[in-house]
Amino acid sequence: MPFEWVLALRFLREGHMQTALIVAGTTVGVAVIIFISALMNGLQASLAERTLSTQSHITVRAPDEAAMPVLDRAGQAVAAHIEPRVQRLRSIDQWERVFRELPAIPHVVDVSAIATGSGFAYRGNASKSIALIGVDPQRYRRIVKIEDKIKAGAYRIGPGEAMIGIELAHDLGAAVGDRIRVLSSENRDDVFRVTGIFDLGVRDLNRRWVIMPLRSAQSLLDLPGGVTHIDLTVDDIFSAEAVAQQIAARTGLTADSWMAINTQLLTAFKNQTMTTRTVRLFLILIVALGIASVLVVSVVQKQREIGILRAIGASPRRIMKVFLIQGGIVGGAGALMGSGLAALMIYGASFALRQDDGSALISGRIDASYYLSAAAVALLTGLLAAVAPARRAARLDPVEAIRYG
Amino acid sequence: MAEQLLETGSAAGRGQILRLEGVRKSYNVGTPIEAEVLHGIDMTLAAGEFVALIGPSGSGKSTLLHLVGLLERPTAGRILIAGKEIARLDEAGMTELRGRTLGFVFQFHHLLPEFTALENVMMPTLIERGRYDQAMRDRAKWLLGRVGLGDAMAKKPSALSGGMQQRVAIARALAVNPPMVLADEPTGNLDSHSADEIFALMREINRDDGTAFLVVTHDARLAGRCDRRVELMDGSVRT
Repeated sequence: MPFEWVLALRFLREGHMQTALIVAGTTVGVAVIIFISALMNGLQASLAERTLSTQSHITVRAPDEAAMPVLDRAGQAVAAHIEPRVQRLRSIDQWERVFRELPAIPHVVDVSAIATGSGFAYRGNASKSIALIGVDPQRYRRIVKIEDKIKAGAYRIGPGEAMIGIELAHDLGAAVGDRIRVLSSENRDDVFRVTGIFDLGVRDLNRRWVIMPLRSAQSLLDLPGGVTHIDLTVDDIFSAEAVAQQIAARTGLTADSWMAINTQLLTAFKNQTMTTRTVRLFLILIVALGIASVLVVSVVQKQREIGILRAIGASPRRIMKVFLIQGGIVGGAGALMGSGLAALMIYGASFALRQDDGSALISGRIDASYYLSAAAVALLTGLLAAVAPARRAARLDPVEAIRYG
Repeated sequence: MAEQLLETGSAAGRGQILRLEGVRKSYNVGTPIEAEVLHGIDMTLAAGEFVALIGPSGSGKSTLLHLVGLLERPTAGRILIAGKEIARLDEAGMTELRGRTLGFVFQFHHLLPEFTALENVMMPTLIERGRYDQAMRDRAKWLLGRVGLGDAMAKKPSALSGGMQQRVAIARALAVNPPMVLADEPTGNLDSHSADEIFALMREINRDDGTAFLVVTHDARLAGRCDRRVELMDGSVRT
C-alpha cells in the first residue's frame, strides 16, 4: 500500500471517535438523500399512475382543420378577417396505416383505435348528455383498465351491448341487463343492453361515458370504417411527451401526451422535484462542512506529526495527498454505508407507508442509479471538503511544528 | 552511501559532509522587528566526525540545526551538504536531499503515536520508496535490535519509556543509512543514566558505521566526550 494510504488509514483508524462520528454523519446524509429521492419518485409515480388509470398516455387524432387564407400574388391575404373553421367530427385519414405503424415507434406498448362523439342516452323519461366511446374491448382494456373498476356486471361488450358509468346508471335508473337508447349528434339512434357499470373515480366520466363496440359507434357517428382517435401507452410514462412529438412529426397527425393534457400535475411534479433538489443540496453542504471541520481539527492536532514527516523526507504534496485521501475515504465509507442504510429504510418504508388502497407507496426495488449518483456525490464531496484542510497541512512550517514539542 | 555521495561532491567538499560559509539567518525580514539570529557562521563537519554544538539558550543552536537540516533556508551565505549547494535546490530537491542524506533525532522523541516502533523506524524508507517492502522491514528490525529494542518492535510509543522512545528515534534516523545525523538535545529529556546510554549508543554507531553526528546539547559532560566542540555565542561561532 502506498505511503499516503498507509498514513491516511492509520490516522483515521486512530481517530476512533472523530472518524466514527463523521462517517456516521456522512452515512445518514447519503441515506437521506437516497431515501427522499426514492420517496418523491414513488409519490410522483403513484400520482401519475392514478391520473393515468382513466386516460391513455398519448392520444393521436386528426389535425385541426384550418381556414386557408386567400393570398394575392404578393403573398398578402386578400380577406381582412378569417373566420376560424368549425371542427367537424371526422375520421383520421388512412387510420389503419397509422395504426399499423405506431407499434414500431420506440417505447410504444399498446395501441387502440377509438371512435368517439357526443349524444344522448334515454331511458323512460330520463335523457342525459353522454360521450359515446366506441372501442375494441380486447385492445382498449390494455389502455384503460376498466376491468378493475367494474362495480356491477362484467367487462364485456358484444354487438348491441354497452358499459356505462355508475352516475349515469343512477341518473337513468338503469341496472345490468336493462336497455338504454342512444341518440348520437349525427341524429342516428340504437338500443344497447347494459352489461357492465363502472366507477372510474371521476364523477364527470362516470356521468358521461358509454362504452360500446367500435362498429356501433362508427354507425351512430356516421363514420363508416373510421376512427376519431388512436390511444396508446408507452413503457416509461415520463417519456410520453417525447414520444408524442415523434409521432406527430412522423404521421403529421396531432398527438397529445398525458403530460400536455395534465399541465397542473406536471407543474406540481416539477415543484416537488425542485424541493427535493434543494433539500439534497443542503444535505450535501452539511456533509461537506462536517467532513471539512473534522479534517481541519485533525490537521491542527497532527501539526507535530506533519512536521516530523516533513523532516524525514515527506514533501508537502504528499502530506496534502494524505488528507485528501482521508476525505475520500470518509466520503466513500459514508456512501457505502449510506446506501446500505437507505436500502433498509426503503425496505422498511415499503411496508410502513401504504396508500389508501393498501399498495406500497414506494417499491422496495429502487433503481441502482440512485445509489450510484448519491455515492458519487458523497465521494466527490469528501474529496472537495478535504481540499482546504489538506492545503493547510501542506503549508505547515515544519520548524514551527517541531519546535514546540 | 556516504562515500558515494562524497565522490560526487566538488573537490573542495571532498571529505566534508557539511560546509557552512558566512551563513546568516534573519527573521521577519523587511519588517520593523527584523532580527538577525546568526551572524555569519563558518564551519565544517568531516565525514564520520562526531561534533557537539553547544551554547546557551538563544544562541542560535536550533536555528543552525534547522538550516543544516534543510528545514529552513539561510538569509545569506552558502550551505553545502555532501558537496551539494542547497541554494540551487528547489523545495522538492531539498525534500529529497533531506530524506536521503540526513537523519533527525529530536529532543521530544517526535515519534508518530499512531504507529508501532517498527513502523516508525520504517517510515523514512517508506516515504522514500513509496510502499512497504521486505528489505526495509528487515533493516528496521535489525536497527531496533541494534538499539536494544528487539522485543519492543510491535509496541506503540506511548507504551515505551522516554529512553526507549529516543532509541526508536535513533533507529529511525538511521533507517536510510544517512551519512549524517542531526540531533537536537537528544538527551535533554532523559535522566542521566538513560542519557549516558543514548550517548554511548550514538558514539557506537558513529564508530561502527562512520556516520557523522552533529549533536546540539546543553550537557557539558557529554559535549566533552565528542570529537570536537563548536560553541555558539549570540549567533556567532566562538573559537
